[in-house]
Amino acid sequence: MTGNPVRVHPVAEGVSVAGAMKAVFLRDVKVAFRQRQDLLNPLLFFVMVVTLFPLGVSPEVSFLREAGAGILWVAALLSVLLSLDHLFRHDFDDGTLEQLVLQPQPLFLLVLAKTLAHWMLTGLPLVILTPVLGVMMHQPGNSIGILCLTLLIGTPVLSLIGSIGAALTLGLRSAGVLLSLLIIPLYIPVLIFGTGTVAAASEGAPVGAYLALMGAFLFLALTLAPFASASALKISMSNS
Amino acid sequence: MSEPLLKAVNLQCERDERILFRELSFSVMPGTVTRVEGPNGSGKTTLLRILAGLNDAWSGDLYWCGQPRARHRESFLRNMLYLGHRPGIKPLLTPMENLHALMAGRRPVSEAVLSRALEGTGLAGYQNVPCRNLSAGQQRRVALARLLVADEPLWLLDEVFTAIDADGVQAIEALLQQRAAEGGAVVVTTHHDLKLPGMQRIVLGGGSVNDG
Repeated sequence: MTGNPVRVHPVAEGVSVAGAMKAVFLRDVKVAFRQRQDLLNPLLFFVMVVTLFPLGVSPEVSFLREAGAGILWVAALLSVLLSLDHLFRHDFDDGTLEQLVLQPQPLFLLVLAKTLAHWMLTGLPLVILTPVLGVMMHQPGNSIGILCLTLLIGTPVLSLIGSIGAALTLGLRSAGVLLSLLIIPLYIPVLIFGTGTVAAASEGAPVGAYLALMGAFLFLALTLAPFASASALKISMSNS
Repeated sequence: MSEPLLKAVNLQCERDERILFRELSFSVMPGTVTRVEGPNGSGKTTLLRILAGLNDAWSGDLYWCGQPRARHRESFLRNMLYLGHRPGIKPLLTPMENLHALMAGRRPVSEAVLSRALEGTGLAGYQNVPCRNLSAGQQRRVALARLLVADEPLWLLDEVFTAIDADGVQAIEALLQQRAAEGGAVVVTTHHDLKLPGMQRIVLGGGSVNDG
């Protein structure tokens, strides 16, 4: 105790928004590295789904060359979906989410920091693994580059849109099915343009327009999704 | 400061088609301790969550320093500390890391101060043990360490005495009293028989406010 008279502090006397976002981001990264199996789960899922296709459907080069990009995109989408429930669930259960909602900084920015941490821990490793799996799927070098680029733009969109669903289903005991039903329709355009870009590139068509559209998805999600997630979090908080 | 920090006028809350309380009006003055009491399920936690701004399913008016709270949300959040049922402690992080993360969003505090706060709650020597290896009471003590570094004038504490041993309970009582003497306001819900001089009581279930 300081012994000073207790007084009402002006808002400016506190932590800056950037500082608070950084703290949220760093805490999530730290917690994730203490629980490495959770970190490996989506990655292993991604690798397993992709390797099962040559075994289960056909190991022929012509098939893999044609379907490879689509398989990689679908596997990446599903493994992000698989990891979404963890985005807020643990924080909700141990009460840190309450404290996050009660921080004086705008909630949508703190949610954005959390979502970026989620992307860095799930989406980014998938992008990094993609070249290896791309070679395995007999993708030409040019396609692999474009595939990585589309996933690099696309996976943050998946995390951002997913955060809305994760926040909305937070109050439910078993959110899994509902979360997928809510989120998959919103993922479809990203998937179509992601795989479309790679298909266009493999045919030698210009991909500028496709990439511009994907960039538009990213910025739309970046600016709108955190607001929706923050509102959804407040609703879930209110009902618990 | 003679103005109430927090003023509730005609609060009403309904849950599962049951009215928990209605026409509940009270003021939380600086330098006072307010105890919310009532049987299980009477809405103590709900009332505290409404006051903290975590629950939106209520009607009535809430004023923060005389202004409608909804319009001064940032100022309110900056000056209010809420400790809930769930302590807000990450089991995978150490007490030090937890405390640091919780303070990082509110006010920069040096490691030395945080370390002293942990020692003050009897967690000396546990600073670097992951919280999941600590007992329930020790985990609550990590959350309580925040009270020792808090500069917020309004504290909303839900069941602070849960899982705390007799010495700890005494220490918390003394802390609340000292906080009130310094000019802070504290609202606690508890089943523990808390008796402090000048304590305001809000009794739910019957729905009345008594000055004790």
